[in-house]
Parts: sequence; C-alpha cells; structure tokens
Amino acid sequence: MTSQPSSVAVRPDGAAARSTAFQRWSVPALTLAGLAVLLWVGQSGALTKYTQTVIMFMAVNVIVSASLNLVNGYMGEFSCGHGGFMAVGAYVSSVLGVLLFAKDRVFGPPLLPPEWALVGFPLIVLVGGVAAALAGLLVAIPSFRTRGDYLAIITIAANYIVISAVENLDVIGGSRGFMGMKRVVKAMGRAWDLPWMLLWSFGFAVFTLWILRRFVYSTYGKGVMAICQDEVAAEIMSVNTNRMKVAAFMLSSGLAGVAGGLFAHIVGYVNPGSFGILKSTEALVMVYLGGMGSLSGSVLSAVLFTLLLEALRPLQIIKWIVIPLLLILLMQFRPEGILGNRELADVFPRLRRFFRFK
Amino acid sequence: MAVLEIRDLTHYFGGLCALSHLDITLEPGTLTGLIGPNGAGKTTVFNLVSGFYRPSRGEIRFAGRNIAGLKPHQVTALGVARTFQNIRLWKDLTVLDNIRIAQHHRLGYGFADAVLRTRRFRRREAEIDAYARELLEVLELGHVAGELPKNLPYGLQRKVELARALSVEPKLLLLDEPAAGLNTADVEELIRHIRWIRDRFDVTIWMIEHHMDVVMELCSHITVIDFGETIASGTPEEIRTNPAVIQAYLGDDEI
Repeated sequence: MTSQPSSVAVRPDGAAARSTAFQRWSVPALTLAGLAVLLWVGQSGALTKYTQTVIMFMAVNVIVSASLNLVNGYMGEFSCGHGGFMAVGAYVSSVLGVLLFAKDRVFGPPLLPPEWALVGFPLIVLVGGVAAALAGLLVAIPSFRTRGDYLAIITIAANYIVISAVENLDVIGGSRGFMGMKRVVKAMGRAWDLPWMLLWSFGFAVFTLWILRRFVYSTYGKGVMAICQDEVAAEIMSVNTNRMKVAAFMLSSGLAGVAGGLFAHIVGYVNPGSFGILKSTEALVMVYLGGMGSLSGSVLSAVLFTLLLEALRPLQIIKWIVIPLLLILLMQFRPEGILGNRELADVFPRLRRFFRFK
Repeated sequence: MAVLEIRDLTHYFGGLCALSHLDITLEPGTLTGLIGPNGAGKTTVFNLVSGFYRPSRGEIRFAGRNIAGLKPHQVTALGVARTFQNIRLWKDLTVLDNIRIAQHHRLGYGFADAVLRTRRFRRREAEIDAYARELLEVLELGHVAGELPKNLPYGLQRKVELARALSVEPKLLLLDEPAAGLNTADVEELIRHIRWIRDRFDVTIWMIEHHMDVVMELCSHITVIDFGETIASGTPEEIRTNPAVIQAYLGDDEI
C-alpha cells in the first residue's frame, strides 16, 4: 500500500495517557497486602477454620465466574458445562499430587519427597489447568459450526461425559470419590508452616483476573468481543474466528481446571457429584449476576454468591428454592446483572485516579 | 497484472443456480460497478470473492493467486476488504476499537505476548493505535473515535464502516450498496468521497449499487447480471443504451 494515512498528530487522550507511579503500584501493593492479611489470619487464628474455608471458596468462585465470563460474557457463546472442566482439573491435580507427594493405599508411597510439595503444589494445579484446557479444545471444535442452543446442549453433554468417565474409572475411586489431598496440603505445612491454601487460592484468583484482563484488553483479545457482536463481520474483517474461539475456550476451561484443583485441595476430597450440572449452573448464575463482559462484576458476584450460599446453609435443601427465586427477581428487575458489561471503574470513574489494572 | 480475475464463476445453492459463468477482470485503480435487479446474485458474487461461500465452479484470481476456497479472514489478509449492504459494525465497541480489530491479520503478536505484555506487544499496540487514530483523522472521523457506533447517525455509521474496511489496507475494496439509505446530499458527498478514497489509498474499487447516478458517475466499467446470468458489460454509455439492460433492470422506459 503506497498511501498511508499520514502526518496527523496522534491525540494523547484516553488510553494513551501516562499513569502515575501510584496508579501503577496500587494493585500490586493491594495484592501483597491481601496476601499479608491472609497470612496473619491463617497464623494467628483470628478467624475460624470455617471462615477461612469460606474465603477460599470465594477465591475459587472468583476464578470460576471470571473464566466463564470470557466465553459467556465477552464472546457471547452459551457454554454451560464449566463444572466438567473443573472436574478435569480437580482430578488431574489431585491424582498427580497424591501420586507425587503423599502415601496412598492405591498408589503406594510418594514418588517424590513430600516436602517438595511446597514447589510442586502450584505446578500440579497448573497441570490440572492444562488438562482442562485440552478438554476445552474438544468443546471449541463444535463451536466452529454451532452457536446458541445447540452449543449449550453440546457443553452440557461434555459435562456429563466427564462426570460419567470419572464415575467409571475405579482406579481413582469411581463414584465414591477420591481423597488424600489433605496429606499433600499437610506436607506443605510440615515443610513450612504457612496457611498455604489461603495464600494459593488468593494468588490464583489474582492470577486469573490478571491474565483475563490482559487478554481481553489487547487488540488480539478484542477479537473475542467482535465475534460476540457480529461473527460474520469479524471473520470478514480478518479476525481468525476459529482460532480466537479455541483460544477463548481453552483459556476459560483451563482456568476452570485451576479452580477445580484448588477446590479439591481445599475440601480434601472430590467426587464426580460435586462437578455436575448444579456446579455448572452456579457458575452461570455468578456470570449473569455480576454482568456479562465485566470482570469486576464477576468478582463481586462470586463474593456475594459465596456469602449467600453460606448464609442460606441452615435452610438446607430449601436453599435451592430461594436462590433460583432470587435469580428470577434479578432477571426481572436488573436483567443485565450488577454491573452490566461495565467495569467498576466505568461506574465510578474516580477510581481510575487510584489504580490501573492492566 | 489484473487485481481481480474471475473466470467462469458459477454457484449453486442446492439445486438453485445463483450465479452462472461470470467473467470479470478488474484492472488496478479502476472503479467498476456490478448492477442488476433485486435477487440477481450481486451480493452472492461478493460473498464468493470474500470467501464466505466456496464456489461450485470457476476461478477467482486475486493478484494472480486463486483464492477460491480460502477462508474469509485469509482472503482479507491478502488485501480484499468489504462493507456490507446492512451496516455490520461491532456496535458496542468504540469506533477506535472497530478500526483496531480490523488489523487483526497483521497484529504480529500472539496470546503469550498479550498476556506477558512483551516489548513486541507494546510496540505493535502503539502502532495499531496510532494507525487507527490517523486513519480516522484522515477520513474526518477523529471526533467520533471514542463513540459507540450504535449512537452514531446512519450516514456516519456508513463512513465508519468504510474506514474499518480501509484499515485492512486493502488492494481491492468491495462496496455493497454504499449509497443505500442516504439522502441526495449525502449521495453527492459519497461520490466525491469514493473517488477521493480510490486516489488517496490507491485501491481498486468494485461496487454494487442501486443508485444509477452513483454508478454512472463513478464507474468506468459496469457489469449487469440478472438471475445469475451476465446480460451486459461495458462502459456506462453502453449500458445506458443496451436494450437487454433496459428491459431487465431499468424498465421499458429510457433513463
């Protein structure tokens, strides 16, 4: 092309503006402060074990809802088998952890010295994430040709396939479930007495938001939003839609796998039942509660939803009448969710003065 | 070498023949028109060229290379951009983002670069941003860079869509009814605008249009199709007086 648009000054507004040192360091500083508070909480016993577990569930739910938001919110597909990917991550990291770092009735003595779990734990969680991402690839491929209801059905089917595969694998406990992860967590604690699960849950939640934010705010990642708004236009305006879908599905399901791995090690026990269609529905509820295409909305809704689940625990099974009822009310009065497709900083622009999260 | 050479292009939808034996050659820098009554198969031709359909038979050579069977994003990456009959902007992304995303084929970085914010990522994003802003300024759209297309008036949306197509840096630009829905004053401006774009961006333009004055004014060569068949081809003067065209498309009266 010979004639480039030329010689017009680039206006230094909006995104091009330089950020101050305060804006640049406030998020890392907050993250460190968060870790420090959790460290203190875990060491001093200021909060009960139960409260600590609730905090860890919040972190897991943040990962679940933010990662599903990439596909259901930003890309506008309707995936409802997120629980299946959590199951893949949970089982892969659990089996790997027990195999490597803990003595087990089935698998025998650990293959590595248990204190190595200190370094090994984040790695096995990530390996679980990679395994789930590969499972996500299987869902991405039908999404090339199918959208909407049909893709929803395919993802539900994928969820069921994972669950029944696990149920029929006797070597990892089948439908009875799999345990031994507590020993991996204990091995970490013995090597260095810190509240590891609290720290890692928080760390992985921040990692998830960081990776998603960077993906979605690059021109590359915005291809996902172009697909959401007009897939034909995206493909014809040079976006490789199939490749973008694979990237989004794999990232989303991979992070769900990370959430599953953390969940398994927090509870210390997994069975296929915990990753069924109910889990996937919870993930969907969080996405729609927070707002499609809003990461801060996903964080807010994950925190609120976790608290709600715990607050309604005394109601037992009636909980599952109250929560859908709340969802119906939400859809009636605020169908776009808490934040819609905006971020917290869009609703309160003054926040921008204090931080930059990119 | 011709920018686009179409030989014996034929396309069936099931048993229905939507296009048969189309032959067209577009020379660099020309403005060519494709006209015909509603349902004649004009948009089908564009959909075939941009890779949206795979032709049942025939050849589409772009800059000497057969592009029949390539995916749309691959065809676009080679330098074929288009606009749509009904505007298809990404309505909830800013105008600036619309322009940025249409540079997807020459991002020059991948997923890892985006997540790790590598040097290459930062350099390319700055370039993509600068390019998009410059393009908007040149097309006198700088003031709407931060707007959402859905909030813009119709005429501006058309201009933004044209800007988006240009940000692909096309050698061949396909315009599907660029004057649709515009009033007389806007049409006048559009005619000047299209000619200016052809010269400024050194691009070959092929357009479908129902406004006869636009086509007659702009195009040096016109092809007329009806029911998928080419019924005439030639200069505006020849088309104007061609009896087959007058009967099929323009009605029985003289224009």
